[in-house]
Amino acid sequence: MNLTNEKLQELTFMARTIRRHIVEMTAEAGSGHPGGSLSCSDILTALYFNVLRVDPKRPAWSERDRFILSKGHAAPALYAVLAEKGYFPKEELMKLRKTGAMLQGHPDMKGTPGLDMTTGSLGQGLSAANGMALAGKLDKKDYRVYVLLGDGETEEGQVWEAAMASAHYKLDNLTAFVDHNGLQIDGPITQVMSPEKIQDKFKAFGWHVIDIDGHDFNQILEAVEEAKNTKDKPTVIVAKTVKGKGVPFMENIVDWHGKAPSKEQAEEALKAL
Amino acid sequence: MPKVATREAYGQALAELGEEIKDIVVLDADLSKSTKTSVFAKKFPERFFNMGIAEQNLMGTAAGLATCGKIPFASTFAIFAAGRAFEQVRNSICYPQLNVKIAATHAGITVGEDGATHQSVEDIALMRTIPHMTVINPADAEEAKQAVRAAALHKGPVYLRFGRHPVETIFDENYKFEIGKGVILKEGKDVAIIATGVMVGEALKAAKILAGEGINAMVVNISTIKPIDKEVILKAAGCGAIVTAEEHNIIGGLGSAVAEVLAEEKPTPIKRIGIADEFGQSGNPDELLKIYHLTAEDIAKAAKELKGKN
Repeated sequence: MNLTNEKLQELTFMARTIRRHIVEMTAEAGSGHPGGSLSCSDILTALYFNVLRVDPKRPAWSERDRFILSKGHAAPALYAVLAEKGYFPKEELMKLRKTGAMLQGHPDMKGTPGLDMTTGSLGQGLSAANGMALAGKLDKKDYRVYVLLGDGETEEGQVWEAAMASAHYKLDNLTAFVDHNGLQIDGPITQVMSPEKIQDKFKAFGWHVIDIDGHDFNQILEAVEEAKNTKDKPTVIVAKTVKGKGVPFMENIVDWHGKAPSKEQAEEALKAL
Repeated sequence: MPKVATREAYGQALAELGEEIKDIVVLDADLSKSTKTSVFAKKFPERFFNMGIAEQNLMGTAAGLATCGKIPFASTFAIFAAGRAFEQVRNSICYPQLNVKIAATHAGITVGEDGATHQSVEDIALMRTIPHMTVINPADAEEAKQAVRAAALHKGPVYLRFGRHPVETIFDENYKFEIGKGVILKEGKDVAIIATGVMVGEALKAAKILAGEGINAMVVNISTIKPIDKEVILKAAGCGAIVTAEEHNIIGGLGSAVAEVLAEEKPTPIKRIGIADEFGQSGNPDELLKIYHLTAEDIAKAAKELKGKN
């Protein structure tokens, strides 16, 4: 896809804004998951600011496209995107993980406008996405369902139960992303419990598979178009990403999976962004 | 009246309701002939989804369907619905308060010959600890049928527990099931027997045995384990002694729920009839009820022992 320079700049600027929010909100909360939030920021930005048919004024609009963050610990990225999109005031971001706050540590659809599914316990998002896609087919609606999984998350058996069902029911209104940053809490996924090669496994279950650079907006949007045009099977977009992307001292460092930056580190990160 | 299994009533009720409530969809995990969802599947093939032998995905898919306004009935054996997929039920269904009905058949020890791996005697305990969950354990086919309708009309997650083994008929069509309401089946003043599910028939027989010995027992059916009917329990406590009866581990089920109410509101001597915190074994259902002390005679014996204490 050849995005106009203007559009590309707009998306790049928005992704940078999302990353700044992630750093600020996790620093303020004193906990959270910056690494995996930063790795999927470009994908979420591309979806919410160029793909999804949604209306922040009507979060429950029945014709809307659905998005499920199956790797729910990347909630800061999704919260930042929803706030920038206008679902709720940006001030809420700084109350992340605090008592009584709208923004829970992991997504709670009952508490936050714009969330289509409650997630956080890994492996459960694709099943819910299947349910939404099945309902869409049953009701002959043209909305599409998007779900983002972590690469480490694909170690969960339920993911493959769901992958089997998506293909079995020919859910071509469903697009999954795998945020393939290669790291999980205990180390590189290839060392902890390798799900590699993720692409081959989805393919074996009957999915259409697309490989992209998850930080390249042209590639992300082109893959989404290809998925829309793929009939009779679901599509998975395996996006190569960098954990901690955009913050040099966090990039590819396992430790930044679930650790918040200190105030000083946050300042350093914001300078780099 | 011929004995009918509550799972049979589930299948029939589902097929009838499917006509009336178009949002109902049914999911099964390769057990549709046993859970009786095949009756619905035959009538409404487009609204039936066989998810294969994958219960965690079954629950998650039901959750997704519910977010789009469907009323999913997710069906499988109780041990898999409440046990294997416990966390999916908790996190994907109950935490977001989604409108999913979990229909769990083959509950209890009367599954029989398949043995301990298939005998769910922990599901009531598991399900009632999850916030927002309603837990219903019908006593007979009529109550089961009405409970399925009530569950479909209720907004929010419901766990429905059905048995495989045919049971005594307790209610006729004049009965009006209501979620959260216990029913006094027989008035009495000396001792109260509070029973649930397939044990209600045994409780009524126990009352007859006791009557023969000059003991006037009250019999209460509690089909909604959660939210539990405190009022009827306190009425039963008026008898001064209570025996609970359930086809479930004595830990965490009806007996525990009743004991919690009594301990807080009106301390009363209580004896719990149920599986004594052990695993079952293969065998004929009626024989198993005897071996694990789940018969009318066991209930009557417990009632007499309690009376002796008073």
